[in-house]
Amino acid sequence: MAVRAVRANLWYRTPWARVIATALKYLSLAGASVVVVLPLLTMLTTSLKTRREMAEGGILSLPSNWFNFDNYVTAFNNGNMLLAFGNTAFLLVFSIVGAILIGTMAAYAIDRFTFRLRGLVISLFLIATLVPGVTTQVATFKVINAFGLFDTRWGPILLYMGTDIVSIYIFLQFIRNIPVSLDEAAKMDGASSFRIYRTVILPLLKPAIATVVIIKGIMIYNEFYIPFLYMPSEELGVISTSLFRFKGPFGAQWEVISAGAVLVILPTLIIFLVLQRFIYNGFTSGAVK
Amino acid sequence: MAITPLTARTRKSFEPQHAAPPQRKWRRLTPWLYLLVPLAFLVTFTYVPVANMISYSFTDWDGFSPEKQYVGLDNYAQLFTRPELFQVFYVSLFYLVASLLQIALALYFATVLSFNMRFRNFFKGVLFFPYLLNGVAVAFVFLYLFQPGGTLDSVLALFGIDNKILWLGDPDLVNVSLSGVSVWRFLGLNFVLFLGAIQSVPSEIHEAAELDGATRPQVFWHVILPSIRPIISLSVILGITGSLSVFEIPWIMTGGSGESKTFVIQTIKLAFQFNKMGLASAAAVVLLVAILLIAWVQRRLIPDEVTAGSR
Repeated sequence: MAVRAVRANLWYRTPWARVIATALKYLSLAGASVVVVLPLLTMLTTSLKTRREMAEGGILSLPSNWFNFDNYVTAFNNGNMLLAFGNTAFLLVFSIVGAILIGTMAAYAIDRFTFRLRGLVISLFLIATLVPGVTTQVATFKVINAFGLFDTRWGPILLYMGTDIVSIYIFLQFIRNIPVSLDEAAKMDGASSFRIYRTVILPLLKPAIATVVIIKGIMIYNEFYIPFLYMPSEELGVISTSLFRFKGPFGAQWEVISAGAVLVILPTLIIFLVLQRFIYNGFTSGAVK
Repeated sequence: MAITPLTARTRKSFEPQHAAPPQRKWRRLTPWLYLLVPLAFLVTFTYVPVANMISYSFTDWDGFSPEKQYVGLDNYAQLFTRPELFQVFYVSLFYLVASLLQIALALYFATVLSFNMRFRNFFKGVLFFPYLLNGVAVAFVFLYLFQPGGTLDSVLALFGIDNKILWLGDPDLVNVSLSGVSVWRFLGLNFVLFLGAIQSVPSEIHEAAELDGATRPQVFWHVILPSIRPIISLSVILGITGSLSVFEIPWIMTGGSGESKTFVIQTIKLAFQFNKMGLASAAAVVLLVAILLIAWVQRRLIPDEVTAGSR
């Protein structure tokens, strides 16, 4: 009762203050949503306009025909987007499978065995997380070149597989929660360590594998710098580099560039809407290495 | 660190103490068989480049000619004395301020959305979505937005501000615009990290505090903030290292020309356009050392078990 009396005297406890606070809260969220959505929305409306509409109407005007997909056809065909999606898919499949094999094997060895230099191995992986990839590219380029992998798809694939220490961490976190008694039981039945890895550990790591597939998939799909540097040939263009090349030939044709950008964003939007929950969880566990 | 050899230790007691020597030798080799490929990758693509980079940094190598001259610390001296090379650190300050603003905004939105409210999932999705987008697409979206007479100018005109502002052309403004794009793009990650941390604080604690008469702002300052401090300081550290290694957005939007040139863009240009491999390597080493130093300071400041918990 006493508390209630005190409360009544505080201005920010009054019903009016509450209403205003709630209003401000929604207003700030709505404002932020406009800031996020408006730039993307103008891209969408622009992509549906004809060249004449572009010349005559203002930027914020709406397209007269919402089903004018001409710019998408131009972007898709002249921008080599089919090839780009194909190349990206190729990189995605090989790099992700490779990263999963490498990551799970490393995590299995580190967590399930005792051996000399184990501490050293762990710190080697640990320190590597701190080395920012973008700085070492100057020298990594020479390594890839020495392997004769410059301007092939395998250069980026090896880099995506080999410089991915984040997924090793995700696997390590998960593998620690798999009871060792399961390994022991399998061992009692005479299973070899590889059999344990394949039939006990890998299946139980499925949630971690799903997380890695999502994080790595989005990362590789969005990666610009590595393909830009290591695969300059036009026929090796991935999503990012092909879209980047729109800048030249389509110069000021913003309706075509917009269509290209929307084509690139659309798959991300669909994946996000379908896998929302996994994506939030994946990035919160993966981003903070 | 986060990895405790606990499972490995309990496992040891199961191992037969009287195993035959050849078998034991095999067993000692087994972990290395699994580590062979991962370590080969780690060494080839992380440690070999770092080692090479350090050795190039003491030479005047152009990147392809067979001979290189040892020049000692000359490259490093150039980096810190030639003002046109040093200027890039000034550019980082824009991104640093932007990333602090980004953390503050993310913290605000995470706190607001940690309470039950209408359209919660919608707002959460909208705030996070930009983080998932392709950088090239984001760069194009904002090139269009910042154009003279583009979306931003048109929207400002609706509010009666009818200036044709050169958002990317004005040397005083270009870094503000570009770091704004960076906030737009990366806020979502901070936001989701904070939201996750806030929601892992047991709700009984909030409720108890509110029952005791604490206001929402008081709950924020005295309950929420202290319990997510590790993740905030981690974000600040990531913000600092991130603002030193800005590359993609300015590279695509302005080509990294003039005032918008960042440290990494300068390094890349030195290496691949001006064929100054030695100087570029020295720059990369400076950045690497700076980032390692910052990471080390972070480890000092934040107690180990807290970092382990957030991992």
